[in-house]
Amino acid sequence: MSLNTSPKKRYSVFAVAREAARYHTGWGRAWRKPQPKKRYDVVIVGAGGHGLATAYYLGRNFGITNVAVIEKGWLGGGNTGRNTTIIRSNYLQDPSAAIYEKARGLYETMSQDLNYNVMFSPRGVIMLAQTEHEVRGYKRTAHANALQGVTTEFISPQRVKEIVPIINLDGPRYPVLGGLWQARGGTARHDAVAWGYARACSDMGMDIIQKCEVTGIRQFGGEVRGVDTTLGPIDCDKLGIVVAGHSGVLADMAGFRLPVESVALQALVSEPIKPVMDCVVMANTVHGYMSQSDKGEMVIGGGADGYNNYTQRGSFHHIEETVRALVETFPMVSRLKMLRQWGGIVDMTGDRSPILSKTPLEGCFINCGWGTGGFKAIPGSGWGFAELMARGQSPLTDEFSMFRFREGKFIDESVAAGVAH
Amino acid sequence: MLTLLCPCCGVQADETELAPGGEAHLKRYGPGSTDDDFEGYLFMRENPRGVHFERWRHANGCGKWFLAARDTVTLEVYGTYSAQTTEPPEHIKEAITAKHPGWSWREFA
Repeated sequence: MSLNTSPKKRYSVFAVAREAARYHTGWGRAWRKPQPKKRYDVVIVGAGGHGLATAYYLGRNFGITNVAVIEKGWLGGGNTGRNTTIIRSNYLQDPSAAIYEKARGLYETMSQDLNYNVMFSPRGVIMLAQTEHEVRGYKRTAHANALQGVTTEFISPQRVKEIVPIINLDGPRYPVLGGLWQARGGTARHDAVAWGYARACSDMGMDIIQKCEVTGIRQFGGEVRGVDTTLGPIDCDKLGIVVAGHSGVLADMAGFRLPVESVALQALVSEPIKPVMDCVVMANTVHGYMSQSDKGEMVIGGGADGYNNYTQRGSFHHIEETVRALVETFPMVSRLKMLRQWGGIVDMTGDRSPILSKTPLEGCFINCGWGTGGFKAIPGSGWGFAELMARGQSPLTDEFSMFRFREGKFIDESVAAGVAH
Repeated sequence: MLTLLCPCCGVQADETELAPGGEAHLKRYGPGSTDDDFEGYLFMRENPRGVHFERWRHANGCGKWFLAARDTVTLEVYGTYSAQTTEPPEHIKEAITAKHPGWSWREFA
């Protein structure tokens, strides 16, 4: 099994049967491990979901396959492997709803498109309304979603109880007054999304170069010329920076500043139990959300730190706040042991909406600022960012320019919708 | 848990007692300033991986604002100091230099 055999083998039930008959000795590597070439048309920095999706759609939609995706650590080892895998598109503002719904739609057929099982499970997402303000906010969102072509509805507390029998409607602090229900939201296997894109990119002839850190961005006359890396210099015509929490570090190398601050966002996972909840529930007022993985673990999203840090663990007191919120929403959680807790570095912008944009450096593009809601956007973000890089413009990303702050054209999801991200 | 010494009341405060206030030493721009300056003041942030200067308020304590020098990777605190200043005091800069020779943060070094 050589490292660089072409892994064109199609995954199917027949392939499984064939391999079973020969003791699974015939599976190749899912993607090649090449050394970097001297020059590429496009270099993407960051082999997380967004970076790999960008490379994939550059090849699939625009025929640009002389592409390298370079990664400091290992593929999908940042926030792609650290999130709570929730997929939804019930946003208030039109630009957000457009890109998140594009992403959600692409998730529906992703396993077939990539020939890789990403286990997309459109099990439904409820966002609980627990104050009058939230009730009005979510009704407004449901109306906005109807106009945007995103299928959501505002449902009664009784309906919430039917969908989620383990919920406690009369919590000690905030009773459940209703919920925003997106039946086609859900979850997917986060690692498989990165792996599936990586395999498809590698099959198109793109180079995915891991353990290769960018140490500098080479430019001449205001145009990008390439990157310096720990594996030597690599030339490129276009550069895409897709590095989430470390965007500020790369922007500093490129010589511009970003309206981004990095904080740690936490998640935790309980011991595995039998199936108790077949949808995703988000309780933003008390701040906790939960779903059940296919292994049976309760996957729990926690709070973000209030201060800048790059620690990938987060503050201890947020665990207490999250667990308190869950125990009052789902009393059965009080009997569970928590198995793991971890943090990811999320990049927060001033208006809590992402940046998919040209930069002051010609030929250099940046995709960052997804904050606490990046996983659900991966295919839509890759689709739009690839179009932006290939054509210089994309209807999906027009509103997400990094220059919108100067012009005051915010996409103000956090304030307008009153939702946690 | 992150703890900071409040220079106003002298209490070693837990982070649950404190409210983070974002980047310190921002130069404020108002009406009449250029678009660049105003955008920079409102939105652009250093966001360094390493030494960071920031504002904190001893919210569940004396209620006063103060400034801190902290490492965003290790959470090491180099010191806290009064907010009534335009640049970090020498002993804080020295404490940082001892750990990170050649560091800089905006115009400070």
